[in-house]
Amino acid sequence: MRRLTLFLISFLTWWLLTWPYDFSSGQMDWQSFALGIFAAGLVSLLFVSIFTKSPHKLFILKRYLWFLYYIPVFFYYCVKANLDVVYRVLHPKMPINPGIVKVRTKLKSESAITALCNSITLTPGTLSVDLTDDGYIYIHWINVTSQDTKKATEEIVTKFEKILERIFE
Amino acid sequence: MSSLIGLILMGIGLLFDLFGCIGLVRLPDVYNRLQAATKCVTLGTCFLLSGVMVSEGVSALSVKALVCMIFILIISPTAAHAIARGAHLSGVKLWEGSVCDKYAEDREGKK
Repeated sequence: MRRLTLFLISFLTWWLLTWPYDFSSGQMDWQSFALGIFAAGLVSLLFVSIFTKSPHKLFILKRYLWFLYYIPVFFYYCVKANLDVVYRVLHPKMPINPGIVKVRTKLKSESAITALCNSITLTPGTLSVDLTDDGYIYIHWINVTSQDTKKATEEIVTKFEKILERIFE
Repeated sequence: MSSLIGLILMGIGLLFDLFGCIGLVRLPDVYNRLQAATKCVTLGTCFLLSGVMVSEGVSALSVKALVCMIFILIISPTAAHAIARGAHLSGVKLWEGSVCDKYAEDREGKK
């Protein structure tokens, strides 16, 4: 089951990258198609061990709807982060107040934590540095407002956690 | 019309890339520089690629641009995370104006 899902995903990626089917003439590039099947098969044989442990979650539609909701939220924070960095960089005095703080997350599954860390890195003034097995993430914060774990968690993590919980858990 | 919008998007992307590079030069230490580099360069490059998508319309090239965008959104923060962790583990100090370093404190405690 995991092998098959991985095969489908890697073949889809191959298809998007090479696009063997030509719309205008309706012709199919069978060489490219066959090579794609070969490559996707090789990938699904070799790298199944690092693929997600529960592929059945990929087939639940509700998760994708939450993901669609997540995209604009994420985009808003991403643009905000960039304007924030631009302000700090162009300001002649450079108003930065950096430090590494510790936050706690409720998320358990590997893909959820990966998505959370990546979101944290791309949003205002934060960069995830390391995480522990018991759910703590160390975050480099460009403008530390509170060193307390709970308050920092509320400010950095909570806004993404709620949505990501519904997508990946 | 669509090529004009594409050009505007590419211009915005280039601006963000430029600010990211200025941040890379001006900010004091590794971690702050990574912040500027990942955020601005990721969004800037995404804007560039979406400019390509808009000016191309629906074609094989714009699908490739979309796939590249998704890859960059996943890979760039992961790489930044790896660099930050590696720098901290190999003993790169934070800038002297930094407020706190819980990570170093916790690692000292474990030893």
